[in-house]
Amino acid sequence: MADGSNASGLILDDRADGIFRVHRSVFVDKEIFEQERARVFDKSWLFAGHVSEFPNPGDFVTRSVAGRPVILAHGDDGQIRVLMNTCRHRGNLVCREHKGSGAEFFRCFYHGWIYDTRGALKGIPGEEAYSDAFDRDALGLEPAPRMHNHRGCVFVSFDPEIESFARYMADALPVLDNTLDLGQMEFVQGQFKYSMRANWKLLVENSMDGYHADHTHERFFAHWMKSEGLARGSRAAPPPPGPGSDAPRGTVPLRNGHVTTYYPSSQGRPAVNRSYLEKHAGEDLEKFNAGLVDRYGPDRARKVAGGAGNYLIFPNLMIIDGWFVFRTFYPTSPDYMEINGWACMPKEDSPALRRARLDWYLAFQGPGGFATPDDVEGLEGCQMGFATHKEVEWSDISRGMKGNLAGGPGELQMRVFWREWHARMTSGQHAENTGDQEA
Amino acid sequence: MTTATANAPHGTITRAEVEDFLYAEADLLDSWRLDEWIALFDQERGGYYMPTTDCPPGADPGSALYLIADDMAKLRSRVEQLLSGLTWAENPKSRTRHMVNNVRILGAAGEALLVQANFVVYRMRFQNIDPYIGTYHYKLIPNNGTFKILERLVVLDLEALRPHGKVSFIV
Repeated sequence: MADGSNASGLILDDRADGIFRVHRSVFVDKEIFEQERARVFDKSWLFAGHVSEFPNPGDFVTRSVAGRPVILAHGDDGQIRVLMNTCRHRGNLVCREHKGSGAEFFRCFYHGWIYDTRGALKGIPGEEAYSDAFDRDALGLEPAPRMHNHRGCVFVSFDPEIESFARYMADALPVLDNTLDLGQMEFVQGQFKYSMRANWKLLVENSMDGYHADHTHERFFAHWMKSEGLARGSRAAPPPPGPGSDAPRGTVPLRNGHVTTYYPSSQGRPAVNRSYLEKHAGEDLEKFNAGLVDRYGPDRARKVAGGAGNYLIFPNLMIIDGWFVFRTFYPTSPDYMEINGWACMPKEDSPALRRARLDWYLAFQGPGGFATPDDVEGLEGCQMGFATHKEVEWSDISRGMKGNLAGGPGELQMRVFWREWHARMTSGQHAENTGDQEA
Repeated sequence: MTTATANAPHGTITRAEVEDFLYAEADLLDSWRLDEWIALFDQERGGYYMPTTDCPPGADPGSALYLIADDMAKLRSRVEQLLSGLTWAENPKSRTRHMVNNVRILGAAGEALLVQANFVVYRMRFQNIDPYIGTYHYKLIPNNGTFKILERLVVLDLEALRPHGKVSFIV
């Protein structure tokens, strides 16, 4: 194909008739997977972690970002860095703990090269064996080509030429800021590290899919919510906003493939759990919300407390305001992904409020929750089903495309993702229009 | 080989009695008799906990992220959900096999016996075999010749739930 991409023609996007289809080869094809690495993951701003995971000089976290082992390092100079975790000599990992504090050095055990917490090369056993041309100062730990710390959220890009973080984020930046405005946000200790035997794009779809909730998660609503004496919130799609209205609006494309499902919400963040928190930490929640009103005034406090539903920072940061979830995931093959999940909550929480938030979080979220395992099961089932992709070629994602949401949540948020994905894979550019309306 | 016994007031309890209890529990789990399994717990104060794979030992589920932190109300709901047919991750049910060994009575805390055991639990599902490996930490209250579970803390040795993906059954 002219653009050298295997993705051309794999999205059928008929805005006039309201039909949207995705060719199932995108979930199984190895060449598409390789092109995704080069054209999506290597050309995006990617979420790497939160400063609260390594808050003090000498603290560090190691993890894999887009397949690269990196060190999130808090230097002794107070600077936050993302360093490639490989010795400049002959490659060994220089840091082999998943987390630590009080580090003074990163030492490669292979030949004993030593780097400081800023990444500078400080010690080479037998250095006199090198010639005058050997430049020790140029052999510090390589930083990620681009790094941006946005209010504690650390993003990296492996594309040195990528546009600025703010430009990339487009209309998603105020949505992320709304999440972060809830307080001094921190990642709770402990992380969900899990996986799915499924293509990573299925989890993008699933993480902001309102349509599946009543079916896949019936047990959560019919058993757990009921046993707690809690009512399921209304599933009716939010009404269209009046002029200047701050009422819930439903799905909003945020340009560049970013999209949110329910913004702004004034239902109380998280809308579905407000009554749970009221039941278990009512007084503390009231105090917390009064603090928001003091800080922001009643209108903005309501918007901040309401959150933004589930939203995607393209390509793979899902933030689920209703549960304080930050989630990233990377494929290691077309049919397998590694997932990291965190709970991002305000430091201002009283112990009782934090406990209630965590109880609520765990009730739904994570590999042991009452919902996430069924998502894993469902997406693994999709992946098994895709073995028929030569006979059953297309998935349908047309729901609500003509604006008809009388039957509940639509699938615009997924179309936004797919339109950006397709543009990136074929032209290497952002999609000009990710919405359902003709430009 | 000596038989381990705990300090007073549980000095007469042998490791064999504890093992019998744990082996019977494992059998209930593997045969999905979860109504009988949950009856093993102290119905008021019981709890079932599993920290995240990177959680420091002893972290409190009220301030750190756990995979599972069930009081009895939540555990009853978990069991009800598992038996309801609506837990798709376990419908059809996984085949599981709980292997329990290295059982030790470590001592006592109040009325409870502190018991530790190693486990490997295999889950077989859709042609995959996923081993869950770790230690059980029990608080057991002696009760009419058997025990009531006050606390069942499951600490995974796994660095991540990869490729397991989920802990949808009772480990």
